Amino acid sequence: MTYLAKSPWIVHYNGSSCNGCDIEILAALTPVFDVERFGIINTGNPKHADILLVTGSVNSQNREPLKNVYDQIPDPKVVVAIGICATSGGIFRECYNVYGGTDTTIPVDVYVPGCAARPESIIDGVVKALGILEEKRKKIQEKAGEPLKAGGAV
Amino acid sequence: MTKQIIVPFGPQHPVLPEPIHLDLVLEDERVIDAVPSIGYIHRGFEKLVEKREFTEYTYIAERTCGICSFIHGATYCQAIEQIMNIEVPERAQYLRVIWSEYSRLHSHLLWLGLFADAFGFENLFMGAWRIRERVLDVLEQTTGGRVIQGSAKIGGVRRDISGEKLDAMVKDLDILDREMKDLTTVFLEDESVKHRLRNVGILSREDAYHLGAVGPTARGSGAAFDLRMTGYGAYDRLNFQLVTDSCGDCYSRCLVRAKELFTSTDLIRQAAKKIPDGPIDVKVTGAPNGEFFMRAEQPRGELVHYVKGNGTKFLARSRIRTPTLTNIPPLVKILQGCELADVPVIVLSIDPCISCTER
Repeated sequence: MTYLAKSPWIVHYNGSSCNGCDIEILAALTPVFDVERFGIINTGNPKHADILLVTGSVNSQNREPLKNVYDQIPDPKVVVAIGICATSGGIFRECYNVYGGTDTTIPVDVYVPGCAARPESIIDGVVKALGILEEKRKKIQEKAGEPLKAGGAV
Repeated sequence: MTKQIIVPFGPQHPVLPEPIHLDLVLEDERVIDAVPSIGYIHRGFEKLVEKREFTEYTYIAERTCGICSFIHGATYCQAIEQIMNIEVPERAQYLRVIWSEYSRLHSHLLWLGLFADAFGFENLFMGAWRIRERVLDVLEQTTGGRVIQGSAKIGGVRRDISGEKLDAMVKDLDILDREMKDLTTVFLEDESVKHRLRNVGILSREDAYHLGAVGPTARGSGAAFDLRMTGYGAYDRLNFQLVTDSCGDCYSRCLVRAKELFTSTDLIRQAAKKIPDGPIDVKVTGAPNGEFFMRAEQPRGELVHYVKGNGTKFLARSRIRTPTLTNIPPLVKILQGCELADVPVIVLSIDPCISCTER
Protein backbone atom coordinates (compact mmCIF):
# COMPACT_ATOMS: atom_id res chain seq x y z
CA MET A 1 0.00 0.00 0.00
CA THR A 2 2.95 2.30 -0.59
CA TYR A 3 0.96 4.13 -3.25
CA LEU A 4 -1.25 5.48 -0.46
CA ALA A 5 1.16 8.35 0.01
CA LYS A 6 -1.70 10.59 -1.10
CA SER A 7 -5.21 10.61 0.30
CA PRO A 8 -7.75 9.44 -2.29
CA TRP A 9 -10.97 11.42 -2.04
CA ILE A 10 -14.26 10.01 -3.15
CA VAL A 11 -17.36 11.61 -4.58
CA HIS A 12 -20.63 9.74 -4.42
CA TYR A 13 -23.38 10.01 -7.00
CA ASN A 14 -26.72 8.41 -6.27
CA GLY A 15 -28.23 7.15 -9.52
CA SER A 16 -31.66 5.64 -9.06
CA SER A 17 -30.62 3.76 -5.98
CA CYS A 18 -33.02 2.65 -3.25
CA ASN A 19 -30.75 4.22 -0.61
CA GLY A 20 -29.59 0.86 0.70
CA CYS A 21 -26.14 1.13 -0.89
CA ASP A 22 -25.90 4.87 -0.20
CA ILE A 23 -26.31 4.47 3.51
CA GLU A 24 -23.82 1.61 3.43
CA ILE A 25 -21.28 3.93 1.77
CA LEU A 26 -21.88 6.44 4.54
CA ALA A 27 -21.67 3.64 7.11
CA ALA A 28 -18.24 2.78 5.71
CA LEU A 29 -17.13 6.34 6.55
CA THR A 30 -18.40 6.22 10.13
CA PRO A 31 -16.63 4.87 13.24
CA VAL A 32 -17.30 1.12 12.98
CA PHE A 33 -15.74 0.76 9.50
CA ASP A 34 -13.91 4.08 9.37
CA VAL A 35 -12.30 4.40 5.94
CA GLU A 36 -10.95 7.78 7.00
CA ARG A 37 -8.06 5.87 8.55
CA PHE A 38 -6.86 5.35 4.94
CA GLY A 39 -7.18 9.09 4.33
CA ILE A 40 -10.35 8.55 2.30
CA ILE A 41 -12.74 11.46 2.59
CA ASN A 42 -16.18 11.80 1.09
CA THR A 43 -16.17 15.13 -0.70
CA GLY A 44 -19.16 16.77 -2.29
CA ASN A 45 -17.09 18.43 -4.96
CA PRO A 46 -16.23 16.31 -8.01
CA LYS A 47 -13.23 18.54 -8.81
CA HIS A 48 -11.60 17.46 -5.55
CA ALA A 49 -12.23 13.78 -6.11
CA ASP A 50 -10.21 10.84 -7.45
CA ILE A 51 -12.79 8.08 -7.14
CA LEU A 52 -16.43 8.20 -8.22
CA LEU A 53 -18.78 5.87 -6.39
CA VAL A 54 -22.03 5.30 -8.26
CA THR A 55 -25.03 3.60 -6.70
CA GLY A 56 -28.23 2.65 -8.45
CA SER A 57 -29.08 2.23 -12.09
CA VAL A 58 -29.05 4.87 -14.80
CA ASN A 59 -32.34 6.40 -15.93
CA SER A 60 -33.31 9.09 -18.40
CA GLN A 61 -33.34 11.89 -15.82
CA ASN A 62 -30.02 11.20 -14.10
CA ARG A 63 -27.96 10.27 -17.15
CA GLU A 64 -26.81 13.82 -17.84
CA PRO A 65 -25.97 14.73 -14.20
CA LEU A 66 -23.96 11.51 -13.91
CA LYS A 67 -21.96 12.29 -17.08
CA ASN A 68 -21.51 15.83 -15.85
CA VAL A 69 -20.10 14.71 -12.48
CA TYR A 70 -17.81 12.21 -14.23
CA ASP A 71 -16.48 14.84 -16.64
CA GLN A 72 -15.69 17.23 -13.81
CA ILE A 73 -13.40 14.78 -12.00
CA PRO A 74 -9.78 15.46 -13.03
CA ASP A 75 -7.67 12.64 -14.54
CA PRO A 76 -6.66 10.10 -13.40
CA LYS A 77 -10.04 8.94 -12.12
CA VAL A 78 -11.62 5.63 -11.23
CA VAL A 79 -15.29 4.69 -11.24
CA VAL A 80 -16.64 2.12 -8.79
CA ALA A 81 -20.16 0.78 -9.36
CA ILE A 82 -21.64 -0.07 -5.95
CA GLY A 83 -24.42 -2.63 -5.68
CA ILE A 84 -26.14 -4.81 -8.21
CA CYS A 85 -28.27 -1.96 -9.60
CA ALA A 86 -25.17 0.03 -10.56
CA THR A 87 -23.60 -3.16 -11.93
CA SER A 88 -26.42 -4.33 -14.18
CA GLY A 89 -29.70 -2.70 -13.22
CA GLY A 90 -30.44 -5.53 -10.80
CA ILE A 91 -33.99 -6.07 -9.67
CA PHE A 92 -35.13 -2.95 -11.55
CA ARG A 93 -33.51 -3.93 -14.87
CA GLU A 94 -36.85 -4.46 -16.61
CA CYS A 95 -38.37 -1.16 -15.51
CA TYR A 96 -39.36 1.19 -18.33
CA ASN A 97 -37.25 4.07 -17.04
CA VAL A 98 -34.06 2.12 -16.38
CA TYR A 99 -31.28 1.96 -18.99
CA GLY A 100 -29.17 -0.49 -17.01
CA GLY A 101 -25.95 -0.33 -15.04
CA THR A 102 -23.50 2.54 -14.77
CA ASP A 103 -21.43 1.20 -17.68
CA THR A 104 -24.21 2.14 -20.11
CA THR A 105 -23.19 5.77 -19.56
CA ILE A 106 -19.62 6.04 -18.25
CA PRO A 107 -16.68 3.59 -18.14
CA VAL A 108 -16.57 1.53 -14.94
CA ASP A 109 -13.35 0.12 -13.42
CA VAL A 110 -14.56 -1.84 -10.39
CA TYR A 111 -17.87 -3.58 -9.78
CA VAL A 112 -19.07 -4.24 -6.22
CA PRO A 113 -22.17 -6.46 -6.39
CA GLY A 114 -24.59 -7.01 -3.52
CA CYS A 115 -28.07 -5.92 -2.54
CA ALA A 116 -27.30 -3.93 -0.59
CA ALA A 117 -23.50 -4.05 -0.95
CA ARG A 118 -21.97 -4.52 2.50
CA PRO A 119 -19.57 -1.88 3.87
CA GLU A 120 -16.79 -4.50 3.91
CA SER A 121 -17.17 -5.16 0.19
CA ILE A 122 -17.42 -1.44 -0.57
CA ILE A 123 -14.10 -0.89 1.24
CA ASP A 124 -12.64 -3.83 -0.68
CA GLY A 125 -13.83 -2.30 -3.96
CA VAL A 126 -12.33 1.08 -3.12
CA VAL A 127 -8.98 -0.53 -2.22
CA LYS A 128 -9.01 -2.28 -5.63
CA ALA A 129 -9.80 1.08 -7.22
CA LEU A 130 -6.71 2.58 -5.56
CA GLY A 131 -4.49 0.12 -7.45
CA ILE A 132 -6.15 1.01 -10.75
CA LEU A 133 -5.84 4.70 -9.93
CA GLU A 134 -2.08 4.28 -9.46
CA GLU A 135 -1.77 2.41 -12.80
CA LYS A 136 -3.61 5.20 -14.57
CA ARG A 137 -1.41 7.80 -12.91
CA LYS A 138 1.75 6.04 -14.06
CA LYS A 139 0.47 5.85 -17.65
CA ILE A 140 -0.33 9.54 -17.71
CA GLN A 141 3.11 10.39 -16.34
CA GLU A 142 4.92 8.11 -18.79
CA LYS A 143 3.03 9.72 -21.63
CA ALA A 144 4.11 13.13 -20.44
CA GLY A 145 7.72 11.86 -20.26
CA GLU A 146 8.26 12.90 -16.66
CA PRO A 147 10.21 10.82 -14.16
CA LEU A 148 8.07 8.70 -11.86
CA LYS A 149 7.65 9.69 -8.28
CA ALA A 150 5.80 7.42 -5.90
CA GLY A 151 2.46 8.95 -5.00
CA GLY A 152 3.30 12.20 -6.74
CA ALA A 153 0.57 14.44 -7.98
CA VAL A 154 -0.12 14.55 -11.68
CA MET B 1 -37.26 46.22 -5.97
CA THR B 2 -34.34 44.00 -5.13
CA LYS B 3 -33.03 41.92 -7.97
CA GLN B 4 -34.11 38.29 -7.87
CA ILE B 5 -31.59 35.55 -8.43
CA ILE B 6 -32.25 31.86 -8.98
CA VAL B 7 -29.80 29.49 -7.32
CA PRO B 8 -29.98 25.83 -8.32
CA PHE B 9 -29.65 23.47 -5.33
CA GLY B 10 -28.88 19.86 -6.25
CA PRO B 11 -29.29 17.26 -7.69
CA GLN B 12 -25.71 16.42 -6.65
CA HIS B 13 -25.00 18.51 -3.60
CA PRO B 14 -22.72 17.99 -0.57
CA VAL B 15 -25.51 17.99 2.02
CA LEU B 16 -27.91 15.92 -0.02
CA PRO B 17 -27.45 12.19 0.33
CA GLU B 18 -29.92 11.82 -2.52
CA PRO B 19 -30.65 13.79 -5.67
CA ILE B 20 -33.47 16.29 -5.48
CA HIS B 21 -33.34 19.56 -7.33
CA LEU B 22 -34.59 22.84 -5.91
CA ASP B 23 -34.56 26.15 -7.72
CA LEU B 24 -34.23 28.74 -4.98
CA VAL B 25 -35.45 32.22 -5.87
CA LEU B 26 -33.44 34.66 -3.80
CA GLU B 27 -33.61 38.32 -2.93
CA ASP B 28 -30.21 38.97 -1.41
CA GLU B 29 -29.84 36.16 1.16
CA ARG B 30 -33.54 35.55 1.63
CA VAL B 31 -35.36 32.72 -0.12
CA ILE B 32 -38.55 34.00 -1.76
CA ASP B 33 -39.63 30.75 -3.34
CA ALA B 34 -38.44 27.22 -3.87
CA VAL B 35 -39.38 25.19 -6.92
CA PRO B 36 -38.71 21.48 -6.52
CA SER B 37 -38.19 19.18 -9.48
CA ILE B 38 -38.00 15.46 -8.98
CA GLY B 39 -37.56 12.38 -11.12
CA TYR B 40 -33.86 11.61 -10.71
CA ILE B 41 -34.57 8.29 -9.03
CA HIS B 42 -37.71 7.33 -10.87
CA ARG B 43 -37.46 3.69 -11.89
CA GLY B 44 -41.12 2.96 -12.54
CA PHE B 45 -41.20 -0.35 -10.72
CA GLU B 46 -44.90 -0.12 -9.96
CA LYS B 47 -45.34 -1.38 -13.49
CA LEU B 48 -43.26 -4.46 -12.69
CA VAL B 49 -46.39 -5.98 -11.11
CA GLU B 50 -47.26 -7.01 -14.65
CA LYS B 51 -44.05 -9.00 -14.99
CA ARG B 52 -43.54 -10.37 -11.48
CA GLU B 53 -45.82 -12.65 -9.51
CA PHE B 54 -47.47 -11.01 -6.52
CA THR B 55 -45.42 -13.13 -4.09
CA GLU B 56 -42.16 -12.06 -5.74
CA TYR B 57 -43.22 -8.43 -5.80
CA THR B 58 -42.72 -8.35 -2.01
CA TYR B 59 -38.98 -8.03 -2.65
CA ILE B 60 -39.47 -5.21 -5.12
CA ALA B 61 -41.81 -3.41 -2.71
CA GLU B 62 -39.13 -3.79 -0.07
CA ARG B 63 -36.59 -2.10 -2.33
CA THR B 64 -38.72 1.01 -2.65
CA CYS B 65 -36.40 2.41 -0.03
CA GLY B 66 -33.32 0.99 1.65
CA ILE B 67 -33.95 2.76 4.95
CA CYS B 68 -37.48 1.70 5.82
CA SER B 69 -37.33 -1.42 3.67
CA PHE B 70 -38.94 -3.83 6.12
CA ILE B 71 -41.97 -1.59 6.63
CA HIS B 72 -42.52 -1.33 2.86
CA GLY B 73 -42.38 -5.10 2.47
CA ALA B 74 -44.66 -5.74 5.44
CA THR B 75 -47.19 -3.12 4.36
CA TYR B 76 -47.44 -4.59 0.87
CA CYS B 77 -47.93 -8.05 2.41
CA GLN B 78 -50.64 -6.74 4.71
CA ALA B 79 -52.49 -5.24 1.72
CA ILE B 80 -52.45 -8.58 -0.11
CA GLU B 81 -53.44 -10.44 3.07
CA GLN B 82 -56.46 -8.15 3.46
CA ILE B 83 -57.61 -8.86 -0.10
CA MET B 84 -57.16 -12.61 0.24
CA ASN B 85 -58.53 -12.76 3.83
CA ILE B 86 -55.41 -14.43 5.16
CA GLU B 87 -55.25 -14.80 8.93
CA VAL B 88 -51.65 -14.01 9.84
CA PRO B 89 -50.41 -15.92 12.94
CA GLU B 90 -50.01 -13.85 16.10
CA ARG B 91 -46.30 -14.55 16.41
CA ALA B 92 -45.69 -13.24 12.89
CA GLN B 93 -47.55 -10.03 13.68
CA TYR B 94 -45.44 -9.43 16.77
CA LEU B 95 -42.25 -10.20 14.84
CA ARG B 96 -43.30 -7.65 12.23
CA VAL B 97 -43.73 -5.05 14.97
CA ILE B 98 -40.29 -5.85 16.38
CA TRP B 99 -38.56 -5.51 13.01
CA SER B 100 -40.59 -2.41 12.12
CA GLU B 101 -39.52 -0.73 15.34
CA TYR B 102 -35.88 -1.69 14.82
CA SER B 103 -36.17 -0.16 11.34
CA ARG B 104 -37.58 2.98 12.88
CA LEU B 105 -34.70 3.14 15.37
CA HIS B 106 -32.17 2.75 12.58
CA SER B 107 -33.92 5.33 10.42
CA HIS B 108 -34.23 7.93 13.17
CA LEU B 109 -30.60 7.47 14.27
CA LEU B 110 -29.52 7.79 10.65
CA TRP B 111 -31.52 10.97 10.31
CA LEU B 112 -30.16 12.45 13.55
CA GLY B 113 -26.66 11.85 12.17
CA LEU B 114 -27.38 13.42 8.78
CA PHE B 115 -29.11 16.33 10.48
CA ALA B 116 -26.08 16.92 12.71
CA ASP B 117 -23.94 16.88 9.58
CA ALA B 118 -26.26 19.45 7.96
CA PHE B 119 -25.79 21.92 10.78
CA GLY B 120 -22.07 21.28 10.85
CA PHE B 121 -21.62 19.08 13.92
CA GLU B 122 -19.62 16.24 12.43
CA ASN B 123 -18.70 14.60 15.71
CA LEU B 124 -22.37 14.17 16.55
CA PHE B 125 -22.95 12.66 13.10
CA MET B 126 -20.31 10.05 13.78
CA GLY B 127 -21.72 9.42 17.26
CA ALA B 128 -25.25 8.81 15.97
CA TRP B 129 -24.01 6.42 13.30
CA ARG B 130 -21.88 4.53 15.80
CA ILE B 131 -24.96 3.84 17.92
CA ARG B 132 -26.95 2.95 14.81
CA GLU B 133 -24.57 0.05 14.14
CA ARG B 134 -25.93 -1.64 17.29
CA VAL B 135 -29.39 -1.65 15.72
CA LEU B 136 -28.05 -2.90 12.40
CA ASP B 137 -26.25 -5.72 14.20
CA VAL B 138 -29.55 -6.91 15.66
CA LEU B 139 -31.25 -6.69 12.26
CA GLU B 140 -28.42 -8.65 10.67
CA GLN B 141 -28.42 -11.33 13.37
CA THR B 142 -32.17 -11.85 13.18
CA THR B 143 -32.90 -11.41 9.46
CA GLY B 144 -29.55 -11.83 7.70
CA GLY B 145 -29.56 -8.39 6.10
CA ARG B 146 -28.33 -5.07 7.40
CA VAL B 147 -30.46 -2.66 5.42
CA ILE B 148 -32.56 -4.85 3.14
CA GLN B 149 -34.01 -7.54 5.37
CA GLY B 150 -36.22 -9.64 3.12
CA SER B 151 -37.95 -11.26 6.07
CA ALA B 152 -41.55 -10.26 5.34
CA LYS B 153 -43.66 -12.51 3.18
CA ILE B 154 -47.29 -12.87 2.34
CA GLY B 155 -48.91 -14.91 5.11
CA GLY B 156 -46.36 -14.21 7.80
CA VAL B 157 -42.62 -13.81 8.11
CA ARG B 158 -39.70 -15.77 6.78
CA ARG B 159 -37.66 -16.21 9.95
CA ASP B 160 -38.33 -16.70 13.62
CA ILE B 161 -36.45 -15.20 16.55
CA SER B 162 -35.68 -17.67 19.34
CA GLY B 163 -36.63 -16.98 22.96
CA GLU B 164 -33.00 -16.66 24.04
CA LYS B 165 -32.28 -14.21 21.26
CA LEU B 166 -35.29 -12.10 22.25
CA ASP B 167 -34.05 -12.00 25.86
CA ALA B 168 -30.59 -10.96 24.70
CA MET B 169 -32.10 -8.26 22.46
CA VAL B 170 -34.13 -6.83 25.35
CA LYS B 171 -31.01 -6.79 27.52
CA ASP B 172 -29.09 -4.92 24.80
CA LEU B 173 -31.90 -2.38 24.57
CA ASP B 174 -30.85 -1.03 27.98
CA ILE B 175 -27.37 -0.25 26.65
CA LEU B 176 -28.93 1.25 23.52
CA ASP B 177 -31.28 3.39 25.61
CA ARG B 178 -28.39 4.70 27.69
CA GLU B 179 -26.33 5.60 24.64
CA MET B 180 -29.30 7.20 22.88
CA LYS B 181 -30.05 9.21 26.02
CA ASP B 182 -26.52 10.67 25.93
CA LEU B 183 -26.84 11.37 22.22
CA THR B 184 -30.24 13.03 22.29
CA THR B 185 -29.23 15.17 25.26
CA VAL B 186 -26.72 16.89 22.99
CA PHE B 187 -29.34 17.47 20.30
CA LEU B 188 -31.89 18.85 22.72
CA GLU B 189 -29.78 20.70 25.31
CA ASP B 190 -26.70 22.00 23.50
CA GLU B 191 -26.85 25.78 23.10
CA SER B 192 -25.16 25.94 19.70
CA VAL B 193 -27.50 23.28 18.32
CA LYS B 194 -30.52 25.12 19.72
CA HIS B 195 -29.22 28.29 18.14
CA ARG B 196 -29.25 26.65 14.70
CA LEU B 197 -32.66 24.99 15.07
CA ARG B 198 -34.92 27.18 17.18
CA ASN B 199 -37.35 29.34 15.17
CA VAL B 200 -35.95 28.06 11.88
CA GLY B 201 -38.43 26.79 9.29
CA ILE B 202 -41.65 27.21 11.26
CA LEU B 203 -44.63 25.21 10.02
CA SER B 204 -47.89 26.11 11.72
CA ARG B 205 -50.40 23.47 12.74
CA GLU B 206 -52.90 24.74 10.13
CA ASP B 207 -50.34 24.64 7.34
CA ALA B 208 -49.23 21.19 8.39
CA TYR B 209 -52.83 20.01 8.22
CA HIS B 210 -53.83 21.74 4.98
CA LEU B 211 -50.64 20.95 3.07
CA GLY B 212 -50.84 17.32 4.10
CA ALA B 213 -47.76 16.96 6.29
CA VAL B 214 -47.37 13.51 7.80
CA GLY B 215 -45.21 11.81 10.39
CA PRO B 216 -42.75 13.71 12.59
CA THR B 217 -43.13 16.77 10.34
CA ALA B 218 -46.82 16.97 11.29
CA ARG B 219 -46.27 15.91 14.89
CA GLY B 220 -43.59 18.57 15.31
CA SER B 221 -46.28 21.12 14.46
CA GLY B 222 -48.69 19.74 17.03
CA ALA B 223 -50.82 17.58 14.74
CA ALA B 224 -51.33 14.36 16.72
CA PHE B 225 -51.36 11.92 13.86
CA ASP B 226 -49.73 8.53 13.95
CA LEU B 227 -51.01 5.56 11.98
CA ARG B 228 -49.79 3.17 14.68
CA MET B 229 -52.65 4.48 16.83
CA THR B 230 -55.10 2.80 14.43
CA GLY B 231 -53.75 -0.50 15.71
CA TYR B 232 -52.83 -2.37 12.54
CA GLY B 233 -50.81 -5.57 13.00
CA ALA B 234 -50.11 -6.12 16.69
CA TYR B 235 -50.00 -2.39 17.58
CA ASP B 236 -53.48 -2.55 19.15
CA ARG B 237 -52.13 -4.84 21.84
CA LEU B 238 -49.23 -2.55 22.76
CA ASN B 239 -49.28 0.73 24.66
CA PHE B 240 -47.42 3.79 23.59
CA GLN B 241 -47.61 7.53 23.95
CA LEU B 242 -47.76 9.69 20.87
CA VAL B 243 -44.95 12.26 20.77
CA THR B 244 -45.88 15.75 19.65
CA ASP B 245 -44.48 19.23 20.04
CA SER B 246 -46.19 22.51 19.32
CA CYS B 247 -43.51 24.89 18.03
CA GLY B 248 -43.29 23.57 14.47
CA ASP B 249 -39.66 24.60 13.95
CA CYS B 250 -36.65 22.43 13.10
CA TYR B 251 -35.99 21.89 16.80
CA SER B 252 -39.49 20.47 17.32
CA ARG B 253 -39.11 18.04 14.47
CA CYS B 254 -35.78 16.96 15.91
CA LEU B 255 -37.33 16.62 19.39
CA VAL B 256 -40.17 14.44 18.11
CA ARG B 257 -37.76 12.05 16.42
CA ALA B 258 -35.39 11.99 19.41
CA LYS B 259 -38.24 11.06 21.77
CA GLU B 260 -39.68 8.52 19.35
CA LEU B 261 -36.46 6.53 19.68
CA PHE B 262 -37.49 5.66 23.23
CA THR B 263 -41.07 4.89 22.18
CA SER B 264 -39.64 2.35 19.76
CA THR B 265 -37.42 0.64 22.32
CA ASP B 266 -40.38 0.52 24.68
CA LEU B 267 -42.59 -1.06 21.99
CA ILE B 268 -39.92 -3.69 21.31
CA ARG B 269 -39.75 -4.52 25.03
CA GLN B 270 -43.51 -4.89 25.25
CA ALA B 271 -43.67 -6.98 22.08
CA ALA B 272 -40.86 -9.25 23.27
CA LYS B 273 -42.75 -9.79 26.54
CA LYS B 274 -46.15 -10.47 24.98
CA ILE B 275 -45.11 -12.46 21.91
CA PRO B 276 -46.96 -15.82 21.90
CA ASP B 277 -45.53 -19.13 20.71
CA GLY B 278 -46.84 -20.61 17.51
CA PRO B 279 -46.34 -20.78 13.77
CA ILE B 280 -44.82 -17.84 11.91
CA ASP B 281 -46.59 -18.23 8.58
CA VAL B 282 -49.58 -19.76 6.83
CA LYS B 283 -49.70 -21.33 3.40
CA VAL B 284 -50.99 -19.02 0.72
CA THR B 285 -53.06 -20.47 -2.11
CA GLY B 286 -54.91 -18.74 -4.88
CA ALA B 287 -54.43 -15.23 -6.15
CA PRO B 288 -55.73 -11.84 -4.98
CA ASN B 289 -58.91 -10.56 -6.55
CA GLY B 290 -59.94 -7.12 -5.36
CA GLU B 291 -58.32 -3.93 -4.18
CA PHE B 292 -57.09 -2.52 -0.89
CA PHE B 293 -55.49 0.61 0.53
CA MET B 294 -53.08 -0.35 3.29
CA ARG B 295 -51.86 2.51 5.48
CA ALA B 296 -48.96 2.15 7.85
CA GLU B 297 -46.65 4.39 9.84
CA GLN B 298 -43.19 4.62 8.40
CA PRO B 299 -40.36 6.48 10.19
CA ARG B 300 -41.18 9.48 7.98
CA GLY B 301 -44.96 9.32 8.23
CA GLU B 302 -47.94 7.75 6.61
CA LEU B 303 -47.26 5.18 3.92
CA VAL B 304 -49.98 3.97 1.57
CA HIS B 305 -49.76 0.81 -0.48
CA TYR B 306 -52.63 0.46 -2.92
CA VAL B 307 -52.93 -2.95 -4.50
CA LYS B 308 -55.41 -4.16 -7.09
CA GLY B 309 -55.58 -7.81 -8.07
CA ASN B 310 -57.49 -9.39 -10.92
CA GLY B 311 -57.53 -13.02 -9.82
CA THR B 312 -54.28 -13.95 -11.61
CA LYS B 313 -50.75 -14.29 -10.29
CA PHE B 314 -50.00 -10.85 -11.70
CA LEU B 315 -51.50 -7.80 -10.05
CA ALA B 316 -53.40 -5.23 -12.09
CA ARG B 317 -51.95 -2.23 -10.29
CA SER B 318 -49.71 -1.24 -7.44
CA ARG B 319 -49.47 2.31 -6.20
CA ILE B 320 -47.19 3.48 -3.43
CA ARG B 321 -47.68 6.87 -1.85
CA THR B 322 -44.81 7.67 0.41
CA PRO B 323 -44.52 10.21 3.25
CA THR B 324 -41.83 12.39 1.64
CA LEU B 325 -44.05 13.10 -1.36
CA THR B 326 -46.70 14.63 0.88
CA ASN B 327 -44.07 16.41 2.94
CA ILE B 328 -42.70 18.32 -0.08
CA PRO B 329 -45.51 20.96 -0.20
CA PRO B 330 -44.95 21.82 3.51
CA LEU B 331 -41.21 21.93 2.77
CA VAL B 332 -41.72 24.46 -0.04
CA LYS B 333 -43.91 26.49 2.31
CA ILE B 334 -41.32 26.66 5.10
CA LEU B 335 -38.49 27.43 2.68
CA GLN B 336 -40.27 30.62 1.64
CA GLY B 337 -38.80 33.43 3.67
CA CYS B 338 -35.88 31.57 5.20
CA GLU B 339 -32.20 32.48 4.95
CA LEU B 340 -30.16 30.76 2.23
CA ALA B 341 -27.77 29.39 4.89
CA ASP B 342 -30.65 27.59 6.62
CA VAL B 343 -31.80 25.76 3.47
CA PRO B 344 -29.77 22.55 4.10
CA VAL B 345 -31.05 22.29 7.69
CA ILE B 346 -34.66 22.89 6.67
CA VAL B 347 -34.55 20.42 3.77
CA LEU B 348 -33.08 17.78 6.07
CA SER B 349 -35.60 18.54 8.81
CA ILE B 350 -38.46 16.82 6.96
CA ASP B 351 -36.26 13.72 6.61
CA PRO B 352 -36.49 13.53 2.82
CA CYS B 353 -36.33 10.07 1.31
CA ILE B 354 -36.21 10.63 -2.41
CA SER B 355 -36.03 6.96 -3.41
CA CYS B 356 -39.39 6.41 -1.75
CA THR B 357 -40.84 9.51 -3.31
CA GLU B 358 -39.98 8.72 -6.90
CA ARG B 359 -40.24 4.94 -6.85
